[in-house]
Amino acid sequence: MSARDASRFIRRDGPSLGEAETHARLERTWATPPGLWGWLSSVDHKQVGRRYIVTAFVFFLLAGLLALAMRMQLAGPNQTLLTPDRYNQIFTMHGTTMMFLFAVPVMEAFAIYLVPLMVGTRAIAFPRLNAFSYWVYLAGGVMLWVAFILNVGPDVGWFSYVPLSGPQFSPGKRADFWAQMVTFTEVAALAVAVEIIVTVLKQRAPGMSLNRIPLFVWGQLVTSFMVVFAMPAVMVSSSMLIMDRLIGTHFFNPAEGGDALLWQHLFWFFGHPEVYIIFLPATGFVSSILPTFARRPIFGYTALVLALVATGFLGFGLWVHHMFATGLPHLGNSFYTAASMAIAIPSGIQIFCWLATLWDGRPRFATPLLFVIGFIVIFVLGGLSGIMLASVPIDSQVHDTYFVVAHFHYVLIGGAVFPLFGAIYYWFPKFTGRMLSERAGAWNFGLFFVGFNIAFFPMHILGLIGMPRRVYSYPAGLGWDDLNLLSTAGAVILAAGVLVFLGNVWHSLKHGLVADDNPWGAATLEWATASPPPSFNFVHIPVVTGSNPLWEEADGLPVVSGLRVDQRELLLTSVVDAAPEVREPSPEPSIWPLLSALAVTILFIGSIFTPWAVVWGSIPLAVGLIGWFWPKSAPDTPEPVIE
Amino acid sequence: MNNGAPRFAADLAHLPTSAHGPRATTWWGTLGFILIEATGFALAAAAYFYLMGQTETWPPGQSPPDWLWGTLQLVLMLASLWPNWWTDRVAHADDLRKVRIGLVVMSAVGLLTLVVRAFEFGALNCRWDDNAYGSMVWVLLGLHAVHLITDVGDTLVLTVLMFTKHVEPRRFTDVTDNCVYWNFVVAAWVPLWALLYVVPRLV
Repeated sequence: MSARDASRFIRRDGPSLGEAETHARLERTWATPPGLWGWLSSVDHKQVGRRYIVTAFVFFLLAGLLALAMRMQLAGPNQTLLTPDRYNQIFTMHGTTMMFLFAVPVMEAFAIYLVPLMVGTRAIAFPRLNAFSYWVYLAGGVMLWVAFILNVGPDVGWFSYVPLSGPQFSPGKRADFWAQMVTFTEVAALAVAVEIIVTVLKQRAPGMSLNRIPLFVWGQLVTSFMVVFAMPAVMVSSSMLIMDRLIGTHFFNPAEGGDALLWQHLFWFFGHPEVYIIFLPATGFVSSILPTFARRPIFGYTALVLALVATGFLGFGLWVHHMFATGLPHLGNSFYTAASMAIAIPSGIQIFCWLATLWDGRPRFATPLLFVIGFIVIFVLGGLSGIMLASVPIDSQVHDTYFVVAHFHYVLIGGAVFPLFGAIYYWFPKFTGRMLSERAGAWNFGLFFVGFNIAFFPMHILGLIGMPRRVYSYPAGLGWDDLNLLSTAGAVILAAGVLVFLGNVWHSLKHGLVADDNPWGAATLEWATASPPPSFNFVHIPVVTGSNPLWEEADGLPVVSGLRVDQRELLLTSVVDAAPEVREPSPEPSIWPLLSALAVTILFIGSIFTPWAVVWGSIPLAVGLIGWFWPKSAPDTPEPVIE
Repeated sequence: MNNGAPRFAADLAHLPTSAHGPRATTWWGTLGFILIEATGFALAAAAYFYLMGQTETWPPGQSPPDWLWGTLQLVLMLASLWPNWWTDRVAHADDLRKVRIGLVVMSAVGLLTLVVRAFEFGALNCRWDDNAYGSMVWVLLGLHAVHLITDVGDTLVLTVLMFTKHVEPRRFTDVTDNCVYWNFVVAAWVPLWALLYVVPRLV
């Protein structure tokens, strides 16, 4: 057979194979097998990402219902809808669910779905680890909520301060479920962080040098590094808490040389970066949506990247500002005040770059842009109360009051949930192939924006006039009644906005306008493939020649050929310049990540009750991991492969 | 965009299908988990110093851990760097026979460190539930022991694997990544050894 004949049978993409044939063969190679077994063994980043998003939203709705329950209880003085004990569990579950089971996972979920598409690769790095992380996250969330339903839900606040959460003041298992939920979710989050870092550093399309990476991907990269350095702190501290409660260690017991403030230091070393772990992906949403709807490239790309990186570093220097009320040395307080104010600088740079993009563009006020504008307004307000709280005298005055509750809801809902809803309207057509209704979207935004401000603005005033956090009721005649009723009314309007959103999603999944590849006319690579994308993402790996590839290559992107179509294969490129280096295989679907996650679940839940669970539980876990990594087939036949 | 006739810019069929070190994803993945675990060690060590700063005498009423087993562990681990380096080198060269020798040696060394670790726990002169010092010492040593067990387990599985039909170029990458991880386990032990065995004698 001549070389020319042979090349016709080589199972790689390229001019000789033909587009339809390439497509069909890639589909055979990359499709997840049908049926329940296929569903359980899927390693497709888009399927896992979708599961993450849906699950995180279920937790968002559950935590939202708890918020409504609290607002009903507080709507007037001396209400008895909830008992004090149930109220304690509810505010703890609300905060814990929103932070650990919704906010961080949903941001990572978008990264799991979008980052591989935006960098132009066929799969996420370590797809089995990705599947594993989802199952572990799901198990942790289900465990916490089952415990809550069985009346052993945590009741010590979302940050579980000792000594309240220690063995002396919280007997029973409530605090342990909280601490172990942390272990579940942080294992999942750390796994995803490593996947994203490696995907971004090694799997970018040829030509996507560092200065051409989409800002969303930059945001997720910086976030992932923050996860790597922040999450171990809460794993260390929650493990210490479990050990204090289960096997009699004394980390937080002052009577035996321990220290309660050690908990706060470790928790906030995680807890403050956590805010930026939620916020930086949201800035990535904003930086993706703005250029598309302003119809011009983002203003100040380099400044925005540097602001992200600066925030990533500064975010680790602020944790003590959560502890101003604990009586730390003055010099230390001054340092953390300065650091807390300094982080406003990169945030300010971002805000001005976004405003400049809008100013110089030709804005089209579709729903995603409405949410971005809502974000800018609310986040700036939250930032201003943040500057106030960075000052020790003000902080000491309003610490543990509703002023703080107002502040962090402005920052978190304004800074993360508004961009998130914008992101859903923006990428829904890519995820599902259908557009969400714009009309319902405008209603969604309006109810959200108005409801949010009515619900949370009065809390600033309530805090200033002395209403403390975490009280299940209050007497009449303190001047708090009307503002609380107003706040509850706002919460109801906000909930109506969520209902409109759910109806919009429900209706649009079946009846929404059919979306083409790039319905918004955007510039980044995820819009260069079908909506929804095929299992292999791209028929050919695109070549990137600029920061806005779809605008700069209006005639269609140049592509590279030569990747195998009969086996899952990825293109690895160099870290800085994204020059092609290696064709690397990508794992097939496997049931072992699920089995390993089940083994982890048994170990973690068992160790709430006995330390021996760690010993015996490690055996099934080892079996699971060996099964996972053991090769399933004989080694590759050498290339080139001839039929 | 890809529906019409594609514009092929280059053909990459000539690229290799496996690589060692920073050109492979697994190397970066290993590095990522090393960063996570190193952060865990650093934070646990910071907690040790924090609690030390809160206490008048350190250790409070106990003797520091006995020198013998921990220091023997240090010597053993530092010595293991040489066969580890050699295994890494022959894996880079895809030399199956030598890789098998290296892995068998490293498995034996790993099992030996686990035995020494068991004796270390017996020579700490404190229990985890004595006081915060004891808790800290046990957790630091335990945290490192978990890493030891993990890497020794990984090395054993990899050793078995290299005697089966599953040997292919990517397995050699697994071996080099395993060598990187062992270097980390050793590198983590040096400061931990100083923390557990030297620091209590200095203050």
